[in-house]
Amino acid sequence: MSNFGLRIFPLSPESQGVVGRQIRNPKFEIQNGWRGGVVAIGELIAFAIGALRGHRLRTGLSVAGVAVGIAAVIALTALGEGARQYVVQEFSALGTNLLIVVPGKVETTGMMPFGGVINDLTIDDYRAVTTRIPEVMRAAPLATGEETVRYGGLARSVPVIGTTAELVEVRRLKIGAGQYLPPGDPDQGGAEMVLGIKVADELFGGESPLGKVVRLGDWRFRVVGVLAPRGRSLGFDFDDIVQIPARTSMRIFNRTSLFRILVELHPGEDLEVGKKAILDLLAERHRAEDVTVITQDAVVNTLDSILGVLTLALTAIASVSLTVAGVGIMNVMLVAVSERRHEIGLLKALGASTVQILAVFMTEAAVLSTLGGVVGLAVGGAAVRAFVGVYPTFPAATPMWAIVASLVMSMIVGVFFGVVPARRAARLDPVEALVGR
Amino acid sequence: MIVLRDLWRTYRVGDSDVHALRDVTLEIERGDYLAVMGPSGSGKSTLLNILGCLDRPTSGSYAFDGHDVGSLSDGERTRLRQSEIGFVFQFFHLLPRLNAQGNVELPMLFAGVSRAERRQRAARALEAVGLSDRVHHRPDQLSGGQRQRVAIARAVVMEPRLLLADEPTGNLDRAAAVEVMELLGSMNAEGQTVVLVTHDPEVGSRATSAVRMDDGAIVERR
Repeated sequence: MSNFGLRIFPLSPESQGVVGRQIRNPKFEIQNGWRGGVVAIGELIAFAIGALRGHRLRTGLSVAGVAVGIAAVIALTALGEGARQYVVQEFSALGTNLLIVVPGKVETTGMMPFGGVINDLTIDDYRAVTTRIPEVMRAAPLATGEETVRYGGLARSVPVIGTTAELVEVRRLKIGAGQYLPPGDPDQGGAEMVLGIKVADELFGGESPLGKVVRLGDWRFRVVGVLAPRGRSLGFDFDDIVQIPARTSMRIFNRTSLFRILVELHPGEDLEVGKKAILDLLAERHRAEDVTVITQDAVVNTLDSILGVLTLALTAIASVSLTVAGVGIMNVMLVAVSERRHEIGLLKALGASTVQILAVFMTEAAVLSTLGGVVGLAVGGAAVRAFVGVYPTFPAATPMWAIVASLVMSMIVGVFFGVVPARRAARLDPVEALVGR
Repeated sequence: MIVLRDLWRTYRVGDSDVHALRDVTLEIERGDYLAVMGPSGSGKSTLLNILGCLDRPTSGSYAFDGHDVGSLSDGERTRLRQSEIGFVFQFFHLLPRLNAQGNVELPMLFAGVSRAERRQRAARALEAVGLSDRVHHRPDQLSGGQRQRVAIARAVVMEPRLLLADEPTGNLDRAAAVEVMELLGSMNAEGQTVVLVTHDPEVGSRATSAVRMDDGAIVERR
């Protein structure tokens, strides 16, 4: 008798089993369709984490691979979504009852004799729109150009907007110092000028520009006001711009037509009604339908859908890196399977079923990729926050759908790319797997 | 308990057939302690793999407790391995990342035994092989003899009817080998059926019966 005290291994049926004799059938019985004991998912995950911790570097690298992919998805969707919201916000800030009158008609011309001749959009048209259409609350003409503005020894080439006093309301501009262009007859081409904040800083430094005389090309203007900082908005950087009366602008740039008329309807007016009224009025005045009226909604919707597509495209590009990460996981798992042949053989010898081995390796792959997904979410979220820290005006925020989708995607990547290695493991012949050490 | 009849195991290597087992007929009774001896390549490991349901014979029959193993499905053979057969290997095959307790718990994990019960039974099995003070040691913190004792605890924790040991002392020094053989002997004394594969006559002499194999056939019985 040895000194190891083996009394706890009774094998006669009548002796009291201590080591779990009670949990199995006293006699081996064959159960049809038996596929291995039910192992709780928690146990599987614990086993998988144990195995993954055994190879920290490899685990870390494949987690990093997925994390980069997910972080890219998160960051790029946040940027795309931010861009979309930014544009929508910009337009909404203008008021939603805005119409834009553009000279020219967007359709094929030339069927009629002399077809295609486009009448100018004139200051008189502008005046007619403001006075003769009851739905119109106010409107502002735009006559644009680019010219060099000079003060002292300094010169700067800037975009020039010719307009009227109404623009300050229509575009919700804020005056930083002095006042805006004087109200009055739009045909009165005065010599007042309002500077963007950047132009003012560049030309005058710390000095107050109010009342100073600057030159715009060969023309002399008196500065009456400076805009408050505003930044880029709808194609115009209002900080780096000068504004002068519309009539003067047309004269300087030798234009006979306005660039645009911005029309703001009374609150609650139907945009389509206003649009039709403007079209009818100008058709009557021009004896032809030769202008286009764009509603704010149309612009917003177009940009919205363009930027939506852009976001999806960015997401798709980012997803490529996820696929690469998935292939990485497959690689790592294949290496793990060949490296752990003994373990697989052993598990089979110990009675792990094919399904269980499959589950072990699938779980490992899923844990790897889900871990990568969580890390990627954190990294991507931090990157978005850092970006917003640098550009506070840009509303970059990861949409909820992107967070959920990237987590689900990372899990799917793990399972999808884990199938091949796991099947290889499950099919391993235990005798061969156990050979050697 | 075990009846092998006219067992052949043939591998196809290139154009020729290699017979790992030739017409092996063998009966093992409950409580037997059988040593399978012979030089390497004599087919004793193949015999052990077939006994352990890791391999299937090419022809012949294998009955385990009256069940014809050849007609069992893969799942049923897996269940047989899980609950009725314990394995001890020459190279221990402990998982290096798990401690002694975790290794002993492994077969129970895949049998779906609850965590609390696994812990309890693993502790008892380790106590039985004299390693109560090494429960939380990982394999690399254990000596060869201790590792093999952990492996034996793992092999018997499911209370198998049949304990298979493939050169269990082949990778141990003399003192550790004696320990392990005494352990197996005492288990057999308590009624455990043991089949041991070895090429070491001294190890084989500890078994109560022995067969000698050569070139796939049993050439001598004791």
